[in-house]
Amino acid sequence: MKTRKIRVKINQKEYEREVEARTLLSDFLRAELGLTGTHVGCEHGVCGACTVLLNGEPVRSCLTLAVQVDGCELLTVEGLAGVAGLHPIQEAFWDNHALQCGYCTPGFLMMSYWLLQNNPAPKEEEIRRCLEGNICRCTGYQSIVQAVLKAGKAMEALKRPKTSKARAAVSEVVP
Amino acid sequence: MKRYLGARVRRKEDMSLLQGRGTFVDDLQIDGTVHAAFLRSPHARARIVHFDASEALQLPGVLAVVSERDFGAQIPVLPFSVPHPALKPILEPVLARGEVCYVGETVAAVVAESRYIAEDALDLIRVEYEPLDPVTDIEQAMDPKAPRIHERAPENIAGVLEQNVGNPDRAFREADHVIRERVFVHRAAGQPMETRAMLVTFDSKLGQLNIWTTSQGPHRIHRALVSMLKMPDHKIRVITPNVGGGFGVKGQFHAENYLVPWLAMKLQKTVKFTEDRREHCLAARQERDQVHYAEMAFKADGTILAVRVRFIHDMGAYSTSMVVPWITGATLPGPYRIPNYHFKATVVYTNKVPTSVVRGAGRPQAVFTMERLIEKAAKVLKMDSTRLRYKNFVQPEQMPYKLGLIYRDNHPMIYDSGDYPKCLRQALRRIGYSEFRKRQQTLFRNGKYQGVGVACYVEGTGLGPYEGATVRVTMAGRVEVFTGTAPQGQGHDTMISQITADELGVNLDDISVICGDTATIPYGIGTFASRATVTAGNAVFAACRKVREKTLAIAANMLKAPVRSLDIKDGWIYSSRTRSKKVALAEVARIASGAVSGFVLPKGIQPGLEATVFFPPTRATHSNGAHACIVEVDPETGGVKILKYAVSHDCGRVLNPLIVEGQVVGGVAHGIGNALLEEVIYDDNGQVLNASFMDYLLPGPSDVPRIEVDHVESPTKLNPLGVKGAGEGGTIPASTAVLLAVEDALSPFKVQFNSLPLSPERIWKAVAGAARETGG
Repeated sequence: MKTRKIRVKINQKEYEREVEARTLLSDFLRAELGLTGTHVGCEHGVCGACTVLLNGEPVRSCLTLAVQVDGCELLTVEGLAGVAGLHPIQEAFWDNHALQCGYCTPGFLMMSYWLLQNNPAPKEEEIRRCLEGNICRCTGYQSIVQAVLKAGKAMEALKRPKTSKARAAVSEVVP
Repeated sequence: MKRYLGARVRRKEDMSLLQGRGTFVDDLQIDGTVHAAFLRSPHARARIVHFDASEALQLPGVLAVVSERDFGAQIPVLPFSVPHPALKPILEPVLARGEVCYVGETVAAVVAESRYIAEDALDLIRVEYEPLDPVTDIEQAMDPKAPRIHERAPENIAGVLEQNVGNPDRAFREADHVIRERVFVHRAAGQPMETRAMLVTFDSKLGQLNIWTTSQGPHRIHRALVSMLKMPDHKIRVITPNVGGGFGVKGQFHAENYLVPWLAMKLQKTVKFTEDRREHCLAARQERDQVHYAEMAFKADGTILAVRVRFIHDMGAYSTSMVVPWITGATLPGPYRIPNYHFKATVVYTNKVPTSVVRGAGRPQAVFTMERLIEKAAKVLKMDSTRLRYKNFVQPEQMPYKLGLIYRDNHPMIYDSGDYPKCLRQALRRIGYSEFRKRQQTLFRNGKYQGVGVACYVEGTGLGPYEGATVRVTMAGRVEVFTGTAPQGQGHDTMISQITADELGVNLDDISVICGDTATIPYGIGTFASRATVTAGNAVFAACRKVREKTLAIAANMLKAPVRSLDIKDGWIYSSRTRSKKVALAEVARIASGAVSGFVLPKGIQPGLEATVFFPPTRATHSNGAHACIVEVDPETGGVKILKYAVSHDCGRVLNPLIVEGQVVGGVAHGIGNALLEEVIYDDNGQVLNASFMDYLLPGPSDVPRIEVDHVESPTKLNPLGVKGAGEGGTIPASTAVLLAVEDALSPFKVQFNSLPLSPERIWKAVAGAARETGG
């Protein structure tokens, strides 16, 4: 099988690998790089579990070939928070019981992250519409929607540290 | 004092899942792993005429292709999920031999260096089939003139279940009114987001088989493999790491559960198999497909006298169990007093995927049938259907209430506690039932078709035979808890830690919970049928009590203080008489394990700060609840929007409201899917027409409304924690509540729906048909 060399930056780290042309990005991340946080739920681009950010935009890694990301920058769930701790979105998912089995969660986190980057204070309807391409079988979505609402507020608060106490809190959360 | 039980404790299991550090089977990577893929039958019924794998075997990277020819005269067959004397068995061979009986049946297995190559090789296997006429309809299967679904089966009827209470025939003769309805509930699938998967290592020197699998019951797999592979118990270890949802399907033993370990042993390689979504849609066990002929006899004042139900249950192509029809029969009376009752379930084989259980397990069918009758009776009597429900509810003061039926655990069905009218009152208040009824006619006049639907249920939960737990204090002072109930998102780590922390006076983070590893606890049943908190929770509770007693006995000896003066807090044992007198839990554990020389254990105390206790429930404990919702239907498109949804439910004592609400709301979403979207569609040839998420629709974020949940707590006396199951109550009545709301919204068109799901097309056709009939 024909292979090609690709270079890609994932979660701020450079990788150079020889891949088969047909290798899916999801399989490349999981099997080749051991980044197994990105999950595969349907392998035909419907469930959204495998969502990653490619140059800042969400893509289905099960519908993307590894060779297509040559020269690109990726963010996966492993890169969402810093070395330790949780991103405010992850924290909000935890507080609001927005995950049960946790299998679809990485996709929801990435999509929510993208949403809040582009729309810091989304309304409930906007959140639901944005997450329409992600399926969760466990939660019934209400806790996820709640978590995104809360995370949006928490992130806004972090952006405008007014007191020294708030600044200290920010430096704890943001890597 | 209880610090944790009853509190909204954030889940312990979430941190790793949120960071992408979960350990789902496919996330586990072992060097040198090879990959299995399965060739599946493209026909619902056919003879296998010719099989040729030579070309596939030549593909570089292919290690093996196996078919039934690799087995001797006796090909292993899959075990029953639950055996039953009335079930005439046709057990599924691990690989099809001579004939295939459903689309998706395993015909051959390929092992290759990668999953990509394994799938390439599947395309190179040549199989010649001689297609035969399949049986795909359950009523057709009953016809003696229908084709047989198997060449070797004498008939398509798998078995009959029947139970009777009182004298229904006489009650029907004496009734003021009798109504009859045919009710059909369709097939749907579990569809956990993580498909089935297995990773198996085999050490030939040690003769040790280690299996990581996505299962709801690793001990079931262990027991089956010990018997099928004829290996000693201790040479097989089955472990469930993180499991990405189950919903029933992962409690079943499929052909791959045998074949992957068998291949690992045959090839002496580490073998991984991860099912893809299409395979899940085609080959994983499904549920429902039940047609009910139900009749109700009642008095002019609305008192129900009797119910008779005859129903046909689809088992698919091979024997699994009689569990679902049994549960349907026993659940049908629900919260209502039915003094005379008869059910007869005929279980038939068809050329479709074998059925087992999907969240709800026979109960959504029962609720739909019963509530259909209630609604119809209310129409006959020109009475509000909620009034009819109140009139016939089993009352709280009638508890314990004996139904006269035998439940599927073989124990008498007795409702142990609950306040059924209260739940309905609460749910109706939440959605504003009376106000809605007042404004509904105005809404209709303004062309807004809104309706309200109500459904009530009782669910037998916490079934036996048992679950066990070992609780151990390590020499470092940590508490380890081992149990057989493998969770799939239900939060067992948290629930078990809450119980343990309160009983042993330690912090949540000082507790490790290990669920579903057969090497750590030899006996287990599993997580299904809303049973884990009842069975495992109470086993943990009892084991903690024993460890506590032992701890205090040893500490009393050390501190020279009476046991009754001692308490455990934050990992220390204190004497209430002198606060300065204390000893660390870790120290007691060290002494109990013999690690401290010169200390003799008090008389009668066994070494080791641990206890193992099994909790065998005497019988099921019954949860209950009422769902109510308001929907708006667009008669021109058939579109349904759920505007309001309220649940009032009672699962006994609530250990963690955060988790219980998650179970309820998630369950409702599943039921909404069953009501409006989900259906496994087979054509007359037995082909699945929607084996993908493009075509098999699961509810998405905009399909599920905000769901308001109220808890009513009627603790049961059947277990020390007072808990009942909460895993399925969300799903059980939801599809019925939605269907009745849609029907009510379309009441100006006088449509009635006796089957699910309500696709826009079906709704539109019903409205169009009704409009034609009335000349509208």
